[in-house]
Amino acid sequence: MIRPHRNHPLWWAFAVHRLSGVALALFLPLHFLLLGQALGGAAALDTALAWTEGGAVKAAEMGLVFLLAVHLFGGLRLLALEFLPWRHGQASLAALAGGGAFVAAFAFLFNAL
Amino acid sequence: MTNGGTLAVRIWKGDAKGALRAFTVPHRPIQSVLDVVTWVQRNLDPGLAYRFACRVGMCGSCAMTVNGIPRWTCRTRVSKVAQDGRLTIEPLRNLPVIRDLACDMRPFFEKWRAARGRFAPTGTRADPLPRLAPDSPGRRAVDAGIECINCAICHAGCDVVAWRPDYLGPAALNRAWTLQNDARDGDRAARLQAVAGDGGCTCCHSQQTCARLCPKGLNPTAAIAGLKRAAFAAALRGRP
Amino acid sequence: MGEARLYVAQRVSALILAPLVLAHLGLIVIAVRGGLSAAEILARTHDSPLWAGFYGLFVVAAAVHGSIGLRAVAAETLGWRGRGLEWATLGVGLAFLALGLGAVVAVIA
Repeated sequence: MIRPHRNHPLWWAFAVHRLSGVALALFLPLHFLLLGQALGGAAALDTALAWTEGGAVKAAEMGLVFLLAVHLFGGLRLLALEFLPWRHGQASLAALAGGGAFVAAFAFLFNAL
Repeated sequence: MTNGGTLAVRIWKGDAKGALRAFTVPHRPIQSVLDVVTWVQRNLDPGLAYRFACRVGMCGSCAMTVNGIPRWTCRTRVSKVAQDGRLTIEPLRNLPVIRDLACDMRPFFEKWRAARGRFAPTGTRADPLPRLAPDSPGRRAVDAGIECINCAICHAGCDVVAWRPDYLGPAALNRAWTLQNDARDGDRAARLQAVAGDGGCTCCHSQQTCARLCPKGLNPTAAIAGLKRAAFAAALRGRP
Repeated sequence: MGEARLYVAQRVSALILAPLVLAHLGLIVIAVRGGLSAAEILARTHDSPLWAGFYGLFVVAAAVHGSIGLRAVAAETLGWRGRGLEWATLGVGLAFLALGLGAVVAVIA
């Protein structure tokens, strides 16, 4: 049950930005370690990549694309908010950021399948 | 809307370690939440502590948490916020509770002072009156934020204030921004340092709960964004 | 570091990351067509100063941005303050840097 004073679009935008950021920060070391397998040559990387062929992993990857895109687009909204003259309609911009992230995630899905 | 014309009202009693107590209050047409609190104090609980003054939406003294949201109780219609006949009335969040619905406003004003929210005159009575164009960008910025009456609703609604006790908060920073834009003010360098350090404007995450809740329609988030720009520029020039 | 300086670093790293992340997203969406193999990746990145520069910059900016971002999360959710927080932030940043540059070396060399 979300506290009443938080139940508005721009608070949700903040929550999504924070959660996506933390999730990406947790993912990044794994990503680096996986790529580091290439030090063992292409074969070592392929072994590691084979692990990522499963359906569940593909779904997780789509999720990651979403997280990266939503953090990026939301972050751009924040940079504009902080550095450019104030504009109204922040909730609409936040919705646009979310929508854009879904587009990116589905583009990934269609290409990966 | 209500059962036989009554409201089920829960009101905070005691200090921080107190609890909600239940009251049954007659529902009347065009009733404000302040009317409800007043009725309880007059008819059921003479010891109920609460603040109000003008009761017409000008002074901000009656600010309390109503069904989880900080509001001016004199301007909050029961019919709007209690469609199911239930009301929960608590003191403002993020400030110490003195008793019942009265909170200690001192930390709020201490943050105001810490943000150097005081005009520092540069002229004397011997100088001619300064000419301030009302449509200059600086004056527009001042006008957009100058009507703050320190009701502490923004401070109560801000999650960063709740998470970081050292955060100066939306009201103090909004006032600082109006002073930074005042061409007559002589304290701008020190004030920027005060609001750009620990607990300053960079803590704001632009959730905009403050702007959403401000009964005067002010936008502290926009003011804080202005302070962030000023802090950014100063830091790049080597003067954080 | 002063709060204002950390803020500058956070926002500047964000500005740097924005085009890099957009390119990375585009790359992922396009490159993942028909599956992904090590040979395909390494063929592109091997010995390439362009990719070395791109991903090297990406890693540095991400290390700065991520560590300062996590610092705010730690301060607000765990209540961390003071030297402990600053050292932890630095530690996280250096860890990201080390792992990330290791990955860059792995795919370039």
